[in-house]
Amino acid sequence: MHGTTLSRPRLVVVGNGMAGMRTVEEILAIAPGIFDITVFGAEPHPNYDRIMLSPLLAGEKRFEDIVLNDYDWYASNGIRLIAGEHVDWIDRARRIVRGAAGTEAPYDLLLLATGSSPFVLPIPGAELDGVQTFRSVADVGDMLATARSGAKAVVIGGGLLGLEAAHGLDLRGAEVTVIHLMPTLMERQLDASAAHLLKQNLEARGMTILTGTETAAFIGDDRVRAVRLKDGREIPTDLVVMAVGIRPNAGLARATGLECNRGVIVDDFLRTSDPAIFAIGECVEHDGKVFGLVAPIWEMARVAARAMTGTPGIGFTPAASVTRLKVSGVEMASAGAFLGDSGTEDIVLRDGARGTYRRLVLRENRIVGLVAIGDASDAAWHFQLLKDGTDIGEIRDSVIFGPLADGAADPDEAVLALPDGAEICGCNGVCKGTITRAIKAFGLASVDDVRARTKASSSCGSCTGQVEALLRAALGREYAPATVKPVCKCTGLDHGEVRRRIVGGKLKSIPAVMQALEWKTPDGCHVCRPALNFYLLCAWPGEYVDDAQSRFVNERMHANIQKDGTFSVVPRMWGGVTNARELRAIADVVDKFDIPEVKITGGQRIDMLGVKREDLPTVWRDLNAAGLVSGHAYGKALRTVKTCVGSEWCRFGTQNSTRMGIALEKMSWGSWHPHKVKMAVSGCPRNCAEASIKDFGVIATEAGWDLLVGGNGGIRLRGTDLLCKVTTEAEVLEYCAAFLQLYREEAHYLERTAPWIERVGLDYVKQAVVEDEDNRKALAARFLHAQTFAQADPWAMESAAAAGAKFTHVAELT
Amino acid sequence: MDAIMTDTGFVDVAALDDIPQRGARTVATAHGDVAIFRTGDDAVFALRDSCPHRGGKISHGIVHGHGVTCPLHNWVIALATGAAEGEAAASCVPRFPVRVAEGRVLLDVSAPLAPA
Repeated sequence: MHGTTLSRPRLVVVGNGMAGMRTVEEILAIAPGIFDITVFGAEPHPNYDRIMLSPLLAGEKRFEDIVLNDYDWYASNGIRLIAGEHVDWIDRARRIVRGAAGTEAPYDLLLLATGSSPFVLPIPGAELDGVQTFRSVADVGDMLATARSGAKAVVIGGGLLGLEAAHGLDLRGAEVTVIHLMPTLMERQLDASAAHLLKQNLEARGMTILTGTETAAFIGDDRVRAVRLKDGREIPTDLVVMAVGIRPNAGLARATGLECNRGVIVDDFLRTSDPAIFAIGECVEHDGKVFGLVAPIWEMARVAARAMTGTPGIGFTPAASVTRLKVSGVEMASAGAFLGDSGTEDIVLRDGARGTYRRLVLRENRIVGLVAIGDASDAAWHFQLLKDGTDIGEIRDSVIFGPLADGAADPDEAVLALPDGAEICGCNGVCKGTITRAIKAFGLASVDDVRARTKASSSCGSCTGQVEALLRAALGREYAPATVKPVCKCTGLDHGEVRRRIVGGKLKSIPAVMQALEWKTPDGCHVCRPALNFYLLCAWPGEYVDDAQSRFVNERMHANIQKDGTFSVVPRMWGGVTNARELRAIADVVDKFDIPEVKITGGQRIDMLGVKREDLPTVWRDLNAAGLVSGHAYGKALRTVKTCVGSEWCRFGTQNSTRMGIALEKMSWGSWHPHKVKMAVSGCPRNCAEASIKDFGVIATEAGWDLLVGGNGGIRLRGTDLLCKVTTEAEVLEYCAAFLQLYREEAHYLERTAPWIERVGLDYVKQAVVEDEDNRKALAARFLHAQTFAQADPWAMESAAAAGAKFTHVAELT
Repeated sequence: MDAIMTDTGFVDVAALDDIPQRGARTVATAHGDVAIFRTGDDAVFALRDSCPHRGGKISHGIVHGHGVTCPLHNWVIALATGAAEGEAAASCVPRFPVRVAEGRVLLDVSAPLAPA
């Protein structure tokens, strides 16, 4: 050491706190190795984050978590750390620093970073045990020794530090009273309205807040047992924490003859009156001001490091800064002249239900001050406008709501700023740290991966945006978000997300969905409304009240509108089987209402075309009288079940396909679906019922039944896939119900089974319906439950109801 | 146009509550069927019940905001103007004066309004 000290200038730092070590870091970044560095610290610890004392007190963090520079850092940077030795003398003439234990260190440059001390009220009893300050790890240890659950604690001082102490004690289960001299809490950061909200919030947590209250004395023999107020009241307590302010630790500097006032006086380059001595942080006074928040102190560290290493740079000017804090879990921000004066105007936004308040103070259309509490998410933007002196005249109407309208906000920032313990997914209780660790540990690359691994975002989905922000932060450009195809222009969400949120958010009406999912239009459009109506119907059978005005005309009128405005009527013929009574009733209806055309459909039914709107109710009534019901030929619903004559008549038939088809139709008629659903049952592999182009097809074999899915005979012909083979009719019914329910619950509205299966994969459907027996039974049970509400003939209901103007004109003015 | 539109031309055709919100009912007139629309915010409009595209009955469409989507080919008609969204100005549905007084819908079908 002796040899090297001659070749390198020696830097001694007095004070091993945040300001001093930040300066050392800045120096190492500019000119590593330029100095031989020695650091004295009064506390027997490496440098830790004093701002984190509150979480340490609350038990949310351990000491290791709040260490900023561990011992290895000092060692690897060749820094000699003398921790736990208070410096009590500086010999400026010989340029030597001496510690209380006698350690001496010669210097060429000296940096004073001695910080500040908590102010102790000079009132009787201040010396009692149990009366303490809140400034260091040791203080936290003392508080924890007393503040167990049920203990009583009084915090003197309703500023930032006092409320942090109160919050930590509250989380430890102590019964906390805060005594504040001023009429409102945190008067240096908050206006009266914001302070009021903060007070309410703290009181709601069970704290007692006494503002405008002065402490007279602490009472006790050895140990404090009560606080006596000026008005004579006594508050029993086990612990008193004084947090009434700090003052610069300038005693050492003063004793060695450096120029001092409240703090050590420094110039713009943080140099004291001795050119070999710099000072930084809470111990200094610059331009008549002292400092207590980190932002200006970081700036000091930059300036001092440049000056000490001889690097050119501009001097220190305390820039306007925004104070963003989270006090007792309440977000807040303040900057500038937040109290306003007679020459300023205010814009105020309050949300009583959310407990938020923000206020912008304007002078001549420029923001000169701001305060926000409860939600400080836009404070950074408002502060930028303040700092830039932006004329906000043109956005004055909306500026209070933040930059979202301009798309300038970074919503990720809010998430990334959250601590690891912050809960992201409320439904499943997943916190941020769990998600970020899982992303790293398992190489998760998509929201679906995160859902599968952590359950976050897998229920109501309202945290999906936050999960995506975490993925973006972890993966950077590697993160390729799934491209979202919104349902329509009324929303940015896709079908799957909307469905997930309806179920997860227990949304049970169209207005509820539109409110919760922030629909961009007042009542949707022809694309989203029918989709939402179906999703709600599917999610809440028996509970959701169908909205006729959100259905396409065919489903609203229970008949197919034709191009001339007339309707076609198709009664159900179970499995394609009819009889003389039904045929006679149809013939009578055709005659009676002069129906121009009657046609046999491809689905083995009879279609009456050209029925006038006003005739529909009576046509239905006549058909109902013969036992005929709606065939739902007009709906995104179960249409036909086509069958062949099967083993009853056909020489090739192996099973009773007609009976099977009727059973399937009896089970599933009336069910609503994302799109139309057609089924068929063939009695042998010759497949006369064309089951292999149906949504659900059944082909009889000698051994049982082949179940086929996803066929389509439409524009894009698609043959079915084999789902599985089963042996009994009961199995056919159960698998069919399960398959239909899976399709109902998971397909997008207006997506037929064919494209749905191609999208999700046949294996997925097999897994859900065939391989997972419990799931199959649950799906089938849900289908049958829904059917108990769905199987009501709409024709009978409509024709029985007073024939409304739905089918006629409300007036005739001809 | 205003000269023709006198108070005497208005006829009570229905109660407002006869028309569902986000729905329509029709009135038979000498100009053909007229559809009276009631929106989600209770605004009322009267337009000829015929889409300029293929004559679809717009009274059967889904009403959203102050518009209706024709059930035939999803043309969207602005109820306030009769204009078809994204189509030439000529494709306008004729409108008729309509107002609501004391819960009754009053319609004047003496002549369509001039195009907006």
